[in-house]
Amino acid sequence: MATLLQQLISGLVLGGQIALIALGYTMVYGIIQLINFAHGEVFMVSVFGALATYNWFIPESWQQTWPLALLAMLVGAVVVAVVLAVLMERFAYRPLRNAPRLAPLITALGVSVMLKEIVRLSFPGATAAVHVPRAFWDEPITFKVPGGTVVIGSTGLLVIVVAIVGAVLLQVYISRSRMGRAMRATAQDPDTARLMGVDPNRTIVLTFVIGGALAGVAGVLYGVHLNNVDTDAGFLTGIFAFTAAVLGGVGSIKGAVIGGFIIGVIKTVGGQYLPGGTAYDLVWIFVLLILVLVFRPQGLFGEPERVRA
Amino acid sequence: MTALLEVENLSVAYGAIEAVRDISFAVGEGQIVSLIGSNGAGKTTTLRTISGLLRPLTGAIRFEGKPIESLAAHTILELGVAHCPEGRRLFGRMTVAENLQLGAYVRKDAGVAADMERVYELFPVLGERRNQKAGLFSGGEQQMLAIGRAMMSKPRLLMLDEPSMGLSPIMTQRIFDTIKELQSQGTTILLVEQNALAALALSDRGYVIDLGRTTLEGPGHDLLADERVRAAYLGDA
Repeated sequence: MATLLQQLISGLVLGGQIALIALGYTMVYGIIQLINFAHGEVFMVSVFGALATYNWFIPESWQQTWPLALLAMLVGAVVVAVVLAVLMERFAYRPLRNAPRLAPLITALGVSVMLKEIVRLSFPGATAAVHVPRAFWDEPITFKVPGGTVVIGSTGLLVIVVAIVGAVLLQVYISRSRMGRAMRATAQDPDTARLMGVDPNRTIVLTFVIGGALAGVAGVLYGVHLNNVDTDAGFLTGIFAFTAAVLGGVGSIKGAVIGGFIIGVIKTVGGQYLPGGTAYDLVWIFVLLILVLVFRPQGLFGEPERVRA
Repeated sequence: MTALLEVENLSVAYGAIEAVRDISFAVGEGQIVSLIGSNGAGKTTTLRTISGLLRPLTGAIRFEGKPIESLAAHTILELGVAHCPEGRRLFGRMTVAENLQLGAYVRKDAGVAADMERVYELFPVLGERRNQKAGLFSGGEQQMLAIGRAMMSKPRLLMLDEPSMGLSPIMTQRIFDTIKELQSQGTTILLVEQNALAALALSDRGYVIDLGRTTLEGPGHDLLADERVRAAYLGDA
């Protein structure tokens, strides 16, 4: 019992991180039908952004005070991620807006490789895990359950809370605000949205900004939770997040979050109980993905693919 | 009188195919002007070019005397040109109210809520079901919503592309009455129609477009009486 609960909690913490990144995939896909494969790297770069902020920009007295250090790292990570996402949209994807779909997809893969190499070259030693300081209080929260105790770290709890709160706020923004309406209109019918006076570039940039900011939040939480990062972090986490978005239904905010949590839990609980142990946890994730694609291709909460007039 | 909208020697192409060749027409302030012609004559292409969704190959488009042919679609809307597109193109997964709010997207004034109420008064069926998804409505109701949505930007010029398409005769009459009503409230209308009889009867001026060219023009009732128009578009032998 205690083991199951412990794995469940670890899964939710991992899932929260995946969910924050999956939101970026799902929103960008929703508005320009692009799987932005470089989004995982935006997340990875943002962890390094947080680290650089900590190492180079904040005074030593702040480094000892976790709220200040965390806040500074958060700002650093989000700024780096947003700037990167905006540049990517402007220079890599916008020129290909009307090109066949394969062209931006391959460009996304290229951007992904490029970002990874830039970080590797500019952060000496970044191929191995780089230490990220804790910047957070250390006391884990312990529960007594039948058969033992369950522990959740303060950063882990923060990850879960931030993922859920972030998704709810995003959902409210998209469904209630003027810009949210413009984003949905552009996603449904870009030409008609233009006839309403919506500037497509503005809405698309905003989508990348939101996705980048959420990746930045995920990045700083990842860093302070795991206390290390390497340049491969973006690839695997990005694949998880992409899978979460597809599982939940690409374009759906609720789907991305629930998909993220499902994948996190399968990885930890499945790794514990299913045959093969942790060596096979990725297998179960992708088996589930294949099953969903076969039996419910639009994902758990997605709209069936419609043909555009 | 200077025209509100002038289109001069406009040509538009999709790749190598020229859909519009050398069309010229003008819409005077307060008028209803219709472009009529058969399928594929280039009417829709002309409207899409005026509203900035397409770029002309050659020619000029002037609104209130200023060239607009190279402006972005959202800028053209802000100048006061609204386009109610062919097939209505509502945001089907959004509610009636959200569609109207999108129509008012560029407006910053406080009168949006009051104008939404006016649309609901004009079309009570929309008011009663304002929180339902637009995709659930019948063709005629959707056309009402599409016109209401286009009016929400308070345009000087309203362009309507085939507003009667797929509608029953009674509903068609209702839509044409609405168009007349909008004109009497001061909106200038550019109407594209296959239903040439109804369109010309309503219009101050008509232009017949055939194979991408303007072939005939004149006051609406003159064109209605023109033998060539009757033969080609009204089914008279």
